[in-house]
Amino acid sequence: MSLIVRRIGPACTIQDQGRQGYLDQGLSRSGAADLLALHEGAALLGQDPDLAALEMAGMGGEFEAAGDIRIALTGAPMQASIDGGAVVWNASHRLAKGQRLTIGAVLKGAYGYLHLGGGIATDPFLGSRSVHLTAKVGRAVEAGDTLPNGPDKGEAGRKLVPADRFSGGVLRIVASFQTSLFDQATLDRFTRTEFRRGPRANRMGMQLESDGAGFAARGQLNILSEVITPGDIQMTGTGSPFILLPECQTTGGYPRIATVLPCDLPRAAQTPAGGAIRFQFVTLDLGTALQEAFVQDLASLRRRVEPLVRAPHDIPDLLSYQLISGVVSAQD
Amino acid sequence: MTHAEPFPMVRNVGLDGMLVTFADTMTEPSNRAALAFRGALQDAGWDGVLETSTSLASAYVRFDAARLPHGEIETRLRELLAARDWYAEALPPGRKLWRVPTVYGTDLAPQLDEAAAAAGLSTDEAIKRLSRTRVRVLTIGFAPGQPYLGPLGPEFNIPRLQELTPMVPEGALVLAISQFVLFSGPTPTGWRHVGQTAFRCFRPEMEQSFALNPGDEMLFEPVTQAELKRIRAAIEDGTGGATCEEIPA
Repeated sequence: MSLIVRRIGPACTIQDQGRQGYLDQGLSRSGAADLLALHEGAALLGQDPDLAALEMAGMGGEFEAAGDIRIALTGAPMQASIDGGAVVWNASHRLAKGQRLTIGAVLKGAYGYLHLGGGIATDPFLGSRSVHLTAKVGRAVEAGDTLPNGPDKGEAGRKLVPADRFSGGVLRIVASFQTSLFDQATLDRFTRTEFRRGPRANRMGMQLESDGAGFAARGQLNILSEVITPGDIQMTGTGSPFILLPECQTTGGYPRIATVLPCDLPRAAQTPAGGAIRFQFVTLDLGTALQEAFVQDLASLRRRVEPLVRAPHDIPDLLSYQLISGVVSAQD
Repeated sequence: MTHAEPFPMVRNVGLDGMLVTFADTMTEPSNRAALAFRGALQDAGWDGVLETSTSLASAYVRFDAARLPHGEIETRLRELLAARDWYAEALPPGRKLWRVPTVYGTDLAPQLDEAAAAAGLSTDEAIKRLSRTRVRVLTIGFAPGQPYLGPLGPEFNIPRLQELTPMVPEGALVLAISQFVLFSGPTPTGWRHVGQTAFRCFRPEMEQSFALNPGDEMLFEPVTQAELKRIRAAIEDGTGGATCEEIPA
């Protein structure tokens, strides 16, 4: 069983939770930009969150079922239909052999995900199926490709109310080893500033813009190249910040002012161009507790899956996040 | 101890990492200390440790703070630091010496002459010194499998170029700040392109995808353009004709 790719957006890649343990070889983890979406898809299909899915940046594609197959749609909501009939996002569906799934542009957020029952079963490389474009591990999916899936049985027609994380907002950060390179006045101004996500964004990192002066470190140009972790907020030479994402380099010489908590990275990565972002420092202890709560919340996703019924809020035209935001938050 | 306060330093990297830094500059002892300390971290096998690595003068450990709280891992790191003079430690065992056929200069590596001039040397003297310096893999990073190598003599402490060279090919040996980088893929760079090899640092299609490990040593031995051409035609295993031997512990 598989899906045949008939049309596809320019930046769609196969992603799982990433490839760990190769930092000492200069290979960063890669993996889904929104790991929460991987867990949501796994919950909807009743399968392992380690399975791979298709990450679609901004634009989806058209897919034909080579046989009967289950799918789920998560992450940034996108226009979606099966043989012309609109289908609900954040839900699982069945595709019969020959049916066409069409996924259009993103409506909110940045990265949508298409999950297959049994997961996308490409050959793993170093223990992961995640494509890493920067490292030239794999490539973007192209028209004519086939997305094979693993063995599958199970239900479809389920939905899940997602944590709303598609419009920016407050990102919790911790001080990191280079935070003290910035003076207190710069740090205070950093947390008072409302940033906008800039146009430069990909799986390596996302640029933030703000009015006013940049955020320079003391002695910015003479820092020994040092380890990078996803979530680091790096200041370039002009003092304009980048949040580093799953395909970031493993080391770098630009100073980093702070690090976004892993549990807030889905919100960071899903911020659309122009979306507003603020930063809030938390202590390591609070950060650890927030991360713990997030991990526990992931484990509860499966219990929150409900049958998809033809209720008003399941009709795509009415599907508005304003109606449901705040009902469930992964950060609660 | 062979270092100045406040080093070594123990600091956090985001929520899930700790960094043990032995100096704020790359020196032979600080790099050796980082490699030795990382080796000891690997051997310690603490529950909750997810991954370790080294940068030029630091050892890094990523961990699960739910299993190994920050206070606990910091205490353990400081205890391990105090247990030995890491700046005087030997390098970890199991290292290799690579001898890599290298074309210096010519149109394959067109910035050798200006690098030699910047070092105050004739081109021939620069080739002699560069090819006889056994350099260490100080760290691997920026791109998969790509080593930073050194230290070279102080005469090679030449700055990076302001203008980037638009593209150097895979296997390019480039020079700046008394270090080499051996590029694992085509890339723009501000380092001077002084040599060309057929050595592939990252071989994703092969069982052993990464050729090198931090602490390995390399010698870039001069060959002619014709010899490199012959190697490229005859050898397909990614070694580019390099030989490899174990360094006795």
